[in-house]
Amino acid sequence: MTLNKAGLFAAAAVGALVAGTGPVAADTTLTVVSWGGAYTESQVRAYHEPYMEENPDITIVNDDGSANALAGLRAQAQAGNVTWDLVDMLPSDAQLACEEGLILPIDHDAMLAPAPDGTPASEDFLPGSLGDCFIPQIVYSTVMTFNTEMFPEDNQPGSIADFFDTENFPGRRAIQDRPAANLEWALYADGVAIDEIYDVLRTPEGVERAFAKLDTIKDDLIFWTEGSQAPQLLADKEVSFATGYNGRMFAAAEVEGQPFEIIWDGQIVEWDGWVVPADGDNVDAVMEYLYFATDSQRLADQAKYISYGPARASSAELVSTHADLGIDMNPHMPTHPDNYQTPIVLDNEFWTDYGDELRERFASWMLN
Amino acid sequence: MAQATISRSDQVAPTGPMMTATGEPLKVSLARAERRKRLTAFALVVPLLLFIVVTFIVPIGDMALNSVRNPEVVTYLPRTAEALETWEDKSQLPDEAVFEALAEDLRAGFGSPAVGRVGARLNYEISGMRSTLQRAARAVRNMEPPFKEAIIERDAAWGDVATWRVIERESKPYTLSYFVAALDRTWDENGNIVQVAPEQRIYVDLFVRTFVLSIVITALTLLLGFPIAYLMAHQPARIANLLMILVLLPFWTSLLVRTSSWIVMLQQQGVLNDILILLGIIGEGGRLTMVYNQTGTIVAMTHILLPFMVLPLYSVMKTIPPSYMRAARSLGANQWTAFWRVYVPQTTAGIGAGGVLVFIIAIGYYITPALVGGQSGQMISNFIAFHMQRSLNWGLAAALGTILLFTVILLYYLYNRLIGVDRLKLG
Repeated sequence: MTLNKAGLFAAAAVGALVAGTGPVAADTTLTVVSWGGAYTESQVRAYHEPYMEENPDITIVNDDGSANALAGLRAQAQAGNVTWDLVDMLPSDAQLACEEGLILPIDHDAMLAPAPDGTPASEDFLPGSLGDCFIPQIVYSTVMTFNTEMFPEDNQPGSIADFFDTENFPGRRAIQDRPAANLEWALYADGVAIDEIYDVLRTPEGVERAFAKLDTIKDDLIFWTEGSQAPQLLADKEVSFATGYNGRMFAAAEVEGQPFEIIWDGQIVEWDGWVVPADGDNVDAVMEYLYFATDSQRLADQAKYISYGPARASSAELVSTHADLGIDMNPHMPTHPDNYQTPIVLDNEFWTDYGDELRERFASWMLN
Repeated sequence: MAQATISRSDQVAPTGPMMTATGEPLKVSLARAERRKRLTAFALVVPLLLFIVVTFIVPIGDMALNSVRNPEVVTYLPRTAEALETWEDKSQLPDEAVFEALAEDLRAGFGSPAVGRVGARLNYEISGMRSTLQRAARAVRNMEPPFKEAIIERDAAWGDVATWRVIERESKPYTLSYFVAALDRTWDENGNIVQVAPEQRIYVDLFVRTFVLSIVITALTLLLGFPIAYLMAHQPARIANLLMILVLLPFWTSLLVRTSSWIVMLQQQGVLNDILILLGIIGEGGRLTMVYNQTGTIVAMTHILLPFMVLPLYSVMKTIPPSYMRAARSLGANQWTAFWRVYVPQTTAGIGAGGVLVFIIAIGYYITPALVGGQSGQMISNFIAFHMQRSLNWGLAAALGTILLFTVILLYYLYNRLIGVDRLKLG
């Protein structure tokens, strides 16, 4: 028995050593970092499982570290021990990581599959979505959602302005504990045209104006941190309105049957996508995987599991029905023409520049 | 006794020191034995000592260093940092030599992580510096001297003396700016440290709030824990054991589970509000807000930290002989006087231990306030985590952590001076 145990230990140690040598070994394990929950699940079913089926020598392991992806990349680079092979992150963080040399630059046309009709990748991905080191997967949006049971049937809210109107639409509101999205909405509700929001926010008066607007509803606000809290608060009727990610709100409304309705007015649109950490052990294997996972069909497949829009133009027509519910996913996409009437596209350049200061200002505002 | 002393002194040889059987001086032999014992004792401690040094003291030292370390400008803009040393009149823009040095640095750094790292660092001081540097790095590649006009023409930020003052200030390998920021202060144009604008102040209030909340929580655990400990110490073993299990059971339950159950209990559509409505104490419209605010933090943390107060109190009360109270009563003290003048003073060691334990744990608490504290129930540790994980301003996180650490050490020192650490009794 003791001998057996020792033998097992030795085998495990040898196994660990072999796995550690990376590409030399026949089997490769890729550590893919993502957001966890329903989102990782959609990636597993749309990308990982089909890929592992085609490539039995590849094993993909999930790590739910994306919320702190930039911190993780910095720490791993500082320690000289990069254990992540592929990371799902937001473009603003990806831009910083790229400038700091933490992730690899991407030559999109050389590294990514063209569209089925031969359009090169750089023209197929939606305009403005590609970054120097960033390969977008999806368009997601932060949307205002309300619980239909909290308002009388003949007086349901329908716009961001209604969110700021506590007289006609009473009840508490849950917003995320960060300035991004909230400041934009405050200005939008205060009458600033959508394409001028960031110009106004770049001025000190604009920031004052946004906070002044938020002050008008401050007594009714509570703040959430994790994406899962928002639908929870709304389902518990702790709040009448909650801001949240449209995929989670979709899941709560359609999968769980909660009485939620999304206000697409002023949806804050942002990309989310892949980056490849520099100095990883399995860069070649990751690149092969990325070629597969970001082609038009795969991006469209992800929409079977979660209501985020594919980042390729050629994927739009391939979007079909939800894998379990069988409902048409198109009307639930942030990019569907009906929903994409008054979108606010998140300005990452703005938030990388002004984020440090505005986050502190917002924190101070929340506390006092 | 006296006889024994005499007989021992009888054995002392009148001419020399005491000897052992082997003819060695007793003092030497004794010292050797003592040394061996000390070495053995030390050898037993070594693993723990090494463990603590490697996993605790070194990381904490490193963290404390992070709060003053400032390598970015000096490493990635070395020529600029050097050229700025000769910048005399801080009310005027630096001269062409400095701009030329900047252009050289940016050329050398283009395409490497250098510009990104300096940009991230300087962006903490002035919003927008990150992209200002990126733009300048792109622009200087095909610029001809003189650089001063050319650079300023591309981006007016370089024509602002304030930009240069900040670069000059941060061009030393060590800085106090993280501590200055952690105390809600900044430098004005004359180089004096002043408070930041009221709407930007966070941390001082937060430190104060953290202390106040911790004191309130400590007081509440004492108020609730003292009677429980008293009851446990004065009941027959069978009942005392049962009570002990009731105290320990929540102690063994996952922290997250306990915190989440408080949310279920306290929220507006929660159990407690429902009961109050059922009893007719409040109306449907008057549901109380007991969670996602300070109340939530206080209630949940008091519950979670209660065992840390009860256990030391119990172990001290267990050792107080009941005869003292009876003696006080028989000497004419009434029940209250006997309790207050005779019993309570004997429990101070337990109160001290429980109080210090609860207070120090509370002051650094993180998960519970994050989950049930809303905004008004957040503590300083939530902001340390925020700067570690979200804003990635590790220098500021380190400065906040160092301030917290030294405050706790200071409090411990004061406690030692006023009450005495040797009077702590944990059980």
